[in-house]
Amino acid sequence: MNRGHRGPVIRSDTTALPAMSAPEFDRRSFLDALLAVGFVSTAAAIAYPVGRFLVPPASGEPATQSVVAGRAAALRLNSAAIFKFGSKPGIVVRTADGEVRAFSAVCTHLDCTVQFKTDTSQLWCACHNGTYDLRGNVVSGPPPRGLEQFTVNLRGEGDDAEIVVSRV
Amino acid sequence: MKAIDWIDERLDLSEIRHFIAEKGVPVHTQKIWYYLGGMTLFLFAVQIFTGILLLLYYRPSAAEAYESVQFIVTQVQFGWLIRNIHSWSANLLIGLAFAHFFSVFFLKSYRKPRELTWVSGILLLFLMLGFGFSGYLLPWNELSFFATKVGTGIAGAVPLIGHFSLRLLRGGDDVTGATLSRFYGLHVAVLPAVATALVALHLLLVQRQGMSVPLDIEKKLKPGERVPQMPFFPNYVLRDVLAWYVVVAVLAALAAFYPWELGTKADPFAVVPPGIRPEWYFLAMFHTLKLVPSHVLGFEGERLGVVAFGIAALFLVLVPFLDRRASRGESSRLFTVLGAIGLVYLVTFTIIGHYAK
Repeated sequence: MNRGHRGPVIRSDTTALPAMSAPEFDRRSFLDALLAVGFVSTAAAIAYPVGRFLVPPASGEPATQSVVAGRAAALRLNSAAIFKFGSKPGIVVRTADGEVRAFSAVCTHLDCTVQFKTDTSQLWCACHNGTYDLRGNVVSGPPPRGLEQFTVNLRGEGDDAEIVVSRV
Repeated sequence: MKAIDWIDERLDLSEIRHFIAEKGVPVHTQKIWYYLGGMTLFLFAVQIFTGILLLLYYRPSAAEAYESVQFIVTQVQFGWLIRNIHSWSANLLIGLAFAHFFSVFFLKSYRKPRELTWVSGILLLFLMLGFGFSGYLLPWNELSFFATKVGTGIAGAVPLIGHFSLRLLRGGDDVTGATLSRFYGLHVAVLPAVATALVALHLLLVQRQGMSVPLDIEKKLKPGERVPQMPFFPNYVLRDVLAWYVVVAVLAALAAFYPWELGTKADPFAVVPPGIRPEWYFLAMFHTLKLVPSHVLGFEGERLGVVAFGIAALFLVLVPFLDRRASRGESSRLFTVLGAIGLVYLVTFTIIGHYAK
């Protein structure tokens, strides 16, 4: 292929006419640029839908605000039980004084599920030995902040009372 | 350029660079057929790419398969596009593979020294049919469920190993979730692994031996004369890319305007819907088996049909070794006639099979 130019070309090193200086631009480089634009647009036209496809669609599940975490009578003093709060685990604790409290059971460190230690009456995460007190505050270990505490209400009377946990 | 120098210093790519620079593609009146293989290869790449994407959301179980495909096409952004492209590309791929196969057959490109290229190509064609058959079941809809019942039933008609291969394919006596698991494993692991290896071999042979020049054109050359060549890079590569763009355009139009139906979920206890038929590339075989009487000369008709197809497949694999005349560089009219009969049979039976009740 002949790379020769047709017609005169104004070179940028022309000192006499600095205002007229223009980059070299022949038919070949124009076609090369056109080809490159074509390839880049094709790549973009593929990358865009693929990128959108990779992002998982939002789950239609609404954020849970309130659930029943079981019957109060089933929970003995100084014990705890895991319950489902939406798609995440929660933990309901009955302290030695008989008070019922509920927290998110998702450790704030790396999302492990915490458990209740009866000997120390603390919430403990087995993954990296993080501990929380029964207010959800960090006692020791790597968790960066305390557990989210939920509001607990008892619905009903006596043995039939249900523990209703809600997020405020 | 720095990165290339860095790699070159360690691996010495000069041989590959030299090969690409020197490689030429013959230029003659029949050169249009050279594009079919590249277009088929391009669609194979599309299948791998879109297949991997579908794997992100697909769930291979009888309880969830249908719902997961439904989720892909309704909930996932551009999921409909990816699935339609995968389905359409599969069909175009098989169509192009058949076109490639017939062009190579009629140009006698299988003749010595390209026998192994032919064998690997035929095996790839069979593998593509296997991909089609196994992939068809994965959405777990009514049509695919019964088509798989019929298809695996045909495998059951193979003499001696029929019952064994039927159970092997179905993962039991019936088409169930176990069949789906097997077909899934075949479709996404076994077949891709084998096909990728075969494609690599096929391409290696094509690169090593260069493009075949049709017999008629080769014979017209004077002694010592060569067919005019076009540089492979960039001249031919750019033409190849242009052919791929045509494929992309057709694929995109089909995927956008003719969405692939999902149908209704498979129900093993439902009555077979009327007009049940396999994918178009199995129609000729399907219709032939419908026409064979139940008993021919004391043999079971179905079994005879299946054996005949087996022999035909074996014949296809062995074509370069049977066509001695072409291998000697002589014209072999017999094989051209056989190819024409085969082509006419496939086309007419596919059409009849499509319209038959």
